[in-house]
Amino acid sequence: MRPGWNAAGLIAAGIGGLALAFGLPHLVEVFVLVELTSYVVVAILALSLALVWGYAGILSFGQSVFFGIGGYAYALGVLNTGESTLPVVLGMVLPMIFAAVLGYFMFYARVSDIYLGVITLCVSLIAYNLVNSMSGTEYRIGAAPIGGHNGIPGVPPINVPGDAARALGFEDVFTLSMIVLVLVYLGLRALLASRFGRVVVSIRENELRAELLGYDARLCKLIVFVIGAGIAGIAGVLFVNWGSFIGPSVFSIMFSAQIIIWIMVGGLGTLAGAAAGAGLIQWLTTWLGVSMVADPNIVLGVIFIVLVVLVPKGLQPMLLERLAPLARRRNGNSGAP
Amino acid sequence: MIAAPILRTEGLRKRFGGVAAVDGVDFTLAEGELRCVIGPNGAGKSTFFKMLSGQLRPTAGRILFRGADITVEERHRIARRGVAIKTQVPSVFDGLTAAENVRLSAARRLDAAGAARVVDEVLARIGMTAHARRLVGELAHGQRQWVEIGMLLAADPALMLLDEPTAGMTKDEVTRSAEMIRAMSAKRAVVVVEHDMQFVRMLDANVSVFHQGRILVEGTTDSILNDPQVRDVYLGKRAR
Repeated sequence: MRPGWNAAGLIAAGIGGLALAFGLPHLVEVFVLVELTSYVVVAILALSLALVWGYAGILSFGQSVFFGIGGYAYALGVLNTGESTLPVVLGMVLPMIFAAVLGYFMFYARVSDIYLGVITLCVSLIAYNLVNSMSGTEYRIGAAPIGGHNGIPGVPPINVPGDAARALGFEDVFTLSMIVLVLVYLGLRALLASRFGRVVVSIRENELRAELLGYDARLCKLIVFVIGAGIAGIAGVLFVNWGSFIGPSVFSIMFSAQIIIWIMVGGLGTLAGAAAGAGLIQWLTTWLGVSMVADPNIVLGVIFIVLVVLVPKGLQPMLLERLAPLARRRNGNSGAP
Repeated sequence: MIAAPILRTEGLRKRFGGVAAVDGVDFTLAEGELRCVIGPNGAGKSTFFKMLSGQLRPTAGRILFRGADITVEERHRIARRGVAIKTQVPSVFDGLTAAENVRLSAARRLDAAGAARVVDEVLARIGMTAHARRLVGELAHGQRQWVEIGMLLAADPALMLLDEPTAGMTKDEVTRSAEMIRAMSAKRAVVVVEHDMQFVRMLDANVSVFHQGRILVEGTTDSILNDPQVRDVYLGKRAR
């Protein structure tokens, strides 16, 4: 599971992703595309935790908070300005600033892993209750009411920068989300293959040793945490574009826990697995919600328990382990590392 | 002729609740010197090392490295000054390969090409070339110790602190370690905490004896091993 730089695989992933981004809108119905967009958005959010938790070892319940801040920043921004360029930037930068402040206190105070989980969980609780209670008309930012438990409906979509009249349609939101997913995935692979990425993984393996070698673990973790927040924020922006709505439930514990389940399903310490796990669970939740076969939460809980017991490493590592002997046989037992 | 000290501690103390693990240590090490630190369990040797490497903050006293006060410096900053430590329990990256472990150390100060060269050199030197691609967590205890020493070598430090480097090694490995440590000390100052008297004899260096958080006596290997006071507190009746 070492982050390598397998050029051929990455180029294939990039081209494949872009082909889907531009090709699928011509091939499938709009309502399918809209559903697919939601899978892509959760996959981007999953990548942010895959980085923070899977590679830096920081179990953060706060990804939903960064996602929510990104979404709200975009919604409130675009309702005020009527033009989406600045709100999109805010949707990424505000979560990063918030993560930098929060992370500074957590990492530089050398809060232990468990308390880090507790603190981020509390932050998501506070954010939920705070936003949820802001339903009065006095709670507004500029012209836009925060909406409290009602959320913010009717958020305008992203437009071509500088031209508010040319807004993205459903197909365009899908294409944009797909492009972001590909960029985030490739960007993270590059990051993890870099010297900085190797140091981050070494800190997860043994923080004391990394520091005794001269690496500043606090700074490295903070940087990863802030990058993760930026990715989650962008996912939040796309989420608002997908449904033209955002509500306080994005801050809820349910949602925070779901992100962690996505990673567990796909495989901790993987990127593609985490993204696929998120899409898979999102699909399942949607299907259960529509078909009413069973309560989605109960099913998710059962899946979580079964996975932890039977496939503790997650789906991607399990598949790779199963496929490795086959691939070796086919390649004349070259024993790829 | 006495060289300028690379390391000096003044009245160094560390209290854990009511216990003074290190209780006023004045320690001076010359540039390029090889020193052994011995003493019974609980004498404060490892606590002393942890303070030198920034893992513990002293309760009182000062630590000077090449004249700079590093008493309250962060551990990564102390490492960057050129202090490398092998901890008592091997501290390695178990989930990474032996080569990757060494590379992480070399990459702190070198570019990719330079680090790759150092990794090859170091692996050859510690006799781990054949195991370069194995995960360190899967290696035998003695080999993991070697990987840790390899990480120290790759950092090319001015001062190397080795806390029980031969623990869990076979007799041949101990002999090889002694040779290697002598070779390493040709280029830098080295302090070795050790229990194995055979090993201390092999190193044949100046010895500081710790007892109840203080330095009891210092001198050459011969003078220390023949000191009746040292025998009483440390070697016990067995050595008589």
